[in-house]
Amino acid sequence: MTFFQADNISINFGGIRAVDGVSFQVTKGEVFTVIGPNGAGKTTIFNLVSRFYDPTEGRLVFEDNDITKVPSYRIAALGIARTFQNIELFEHATLLQNLLLARHAHKRSNFFSELLFLPSVRRLEVEHREAVEKVIDFLDLQQYRDSFIVNLPYGVRKVTELARALCTDPKLLLLDEPSSGLNVEETDDMAFWIQDIKNLLGITVLMVEHDMKLVSAVSDRVLALNYGRPLAMGTVQEVQAHPEVIRAYLGG
Amino acid sequence: MRFPFKTSYEQDTRLFRDRIDASWYVLLAALVVLLPAVLPAYYVGETTWVFIYAITGVSLMVLVGYTGLVSLGHAAFLGIGAYAHAFFIEHGVPWVVSAAMAVTLATACGLVVGLPALRMTGIYLAIATLAFSVIIQEVFSRWESVTHGLSGMAVPKAHIFGVSFGGETAFYYLCLFFLVLALWLTRNLLRAPTGRAWIAIRDSEIAAQSMGVNLAIYKSIAFAYSAGLMGLAGVLFAHKIAFLAPDIFTILLSIQLLLLVIVGGLGSLHGAVFGAIFVALLPPVIAILRDSIPASFHDFSAASGLAPIGWFGDAIGNFLKKPGVEAGIFGVILVLVILLEPLGMYGRWVKIRIFFSTFPMYKRATFKRQRSYMKTERLR
Repeated sequence: MTFFQADNISINFGGIRAVDGVSFQVTKGEVFTVIGPNGAGKTTIFNLVSRFYDPTEGRLVFEDNDITKVPSYRIAALGIARTFQNIELFEHATLLQNLLLARHAHKRSNFFSELLFLPSVRRLEVEHREAVEKVIDFLDLQQYRDSFIVNLPYGVRKVTELARALCTDPKLLLLDEPSSGLNVEETDDMAFWIQDIKNLLGITVLMVEHDMKLVSAVSDRVLALNYGRPLAMGTVQEVQAHPEVIRAYLGG
Repeated sequence: MRFPFKTSYEQDTRLFRDRIDASWYVLLAALVVLLPAVLPAYYVGETTWVFIYAITGVSLMVLVGYTGLVSLGHAAFLGIGAYAHAFFIEHGVPWVVSAAMAVTLATACGLVVGLPALRMTGIYLAIATLAFSVIIQEVFSRWESVTHGLSGMAVPKAHIFGVSFGGETAFYYLCLFFLVLALWLTRNLLRAPTGRAWIAIRDSEIAAQSMGVNLAIYKSIAFAYSAGLMGLAGVLFAHKIAFLAPDIFTILLSIQLLLLVIVGGLGSLHGAVFGAIFVALLPPVIAILRDSIPASFHDFSAASGLAPIGWFGDAIGNFLKKPGVEAGIFGVILVLVILLEPLGMYGRWVKIRIFFSTFPMYKRATFKRQRSYMKTERLR
């Protein structure tokens, strides 16, 4: 069974080919990292996978299903969750509301039962809350539960993004630069959490990251991109030693 | 300062935070129920306006305050509710059925008007809804077989199941009932997934989408629900105003409704009610001041022997009699609120409450917001 596969995907923005024939497979249970200089097309790949963009060519497969044409709001229900590089939390809501919203893909109540707030709705709310509390425990967010996001520091918001993605009960977690804007300590915490997500929760991680320390600490396999084209794929050491990769980063 | 002690998850799904909160609302309810017994009939009538405006406030709060879609055409839905109800009543439909059909019609119109909202945001949506309200207003004045056009349409007093709600007090309770109903239903939605989806759409469409929110469906629901509530307000509005004419449901009314939620405080149901109190009571207050200011200034100048004070009072009285002064005062207050208290009257209320509950430890900085420069606009 193919867990996740990007098959020769490309996308054009006007005359710019942001992603050009990228293929890779993510195996269940691994941490797969995409690296590359700025503008290499890493986030574009994420936006293709979360279906915000339609690929010009190519195919995306998740658990043997072709998801190239699935609308973006269905992706979460399939089991793919993502975080955003530039934090896209619901700022004027509490942390708890943010996490509860992430349960939306598992919503089973209909509009009219919610209108009357029937006992079934209350029961489902409590169920969602229990799922959310597990994530809050996992990421140590208890003290911020009722804080509004606007009042939280950047580091906590970054963790909240991760928490929100976990609340959707994903099988595949897309992390878009989880360490950007974090200090050294917070980055170390992030590394531990990513390892725990993989080992304890059994969630597969597809990550875009610049911090090579974090990348080498958690990644099983790495794909290096430049100008939308794949340069090298393999373990961290293999990719770091690859002459093409060194040239992309250092010039020459 | 009170810290609610939480022992179960169910506690957070309740209507009120705790017993103390609930008892305040019980007290308020008792006060509102007993009010007609002490107030003169004129003021009972004015308070009824507060209830009707509060329903319109809840309607717009859902759309503007929670879903973040701005509508400049909500007077049209009010008009659709009012005219439809008046038309059905005129044709002998029982009150409850007529009201239900009027609300359904308004909801359906909301659904249709909501369709462009799926593609538009901000100022473009405001313009589209504005265009809609202009069209509807034209329909009101031209479709004479239904609306009687420019000659207007008289609306009889409400009769429900043979009981007359014609009296000021009876109609007061009818409006109060529907306001409480509207608040309860809306609060239910807001503590359930639908309400959270609305808030998510307001704060980040892209994140909402990737968490599984179907933007098209939830924006449509917001529009339809908001229009339905507006239709309900229209039903009561028709009875209250007793005579419908197309020039009631103009852009000015839409702006006034929008002003109501902004002054009240966007993003809270309390704000909808506060705003309604403001919008409904400002005209009578101006009317009272118009007469009482010159009189009291004259009394004072006679007592003190300073004639200029009397002239000053006359000047204020004359100014308040000028046409358009009401709209002008509304505008000035709107500007002041946006400049000084972006969270509206409800925001001020929260600040005052926190001042007393944390006294003497209140810090002004509690409500200072850090400006955020991090949001991405790339995918919009």
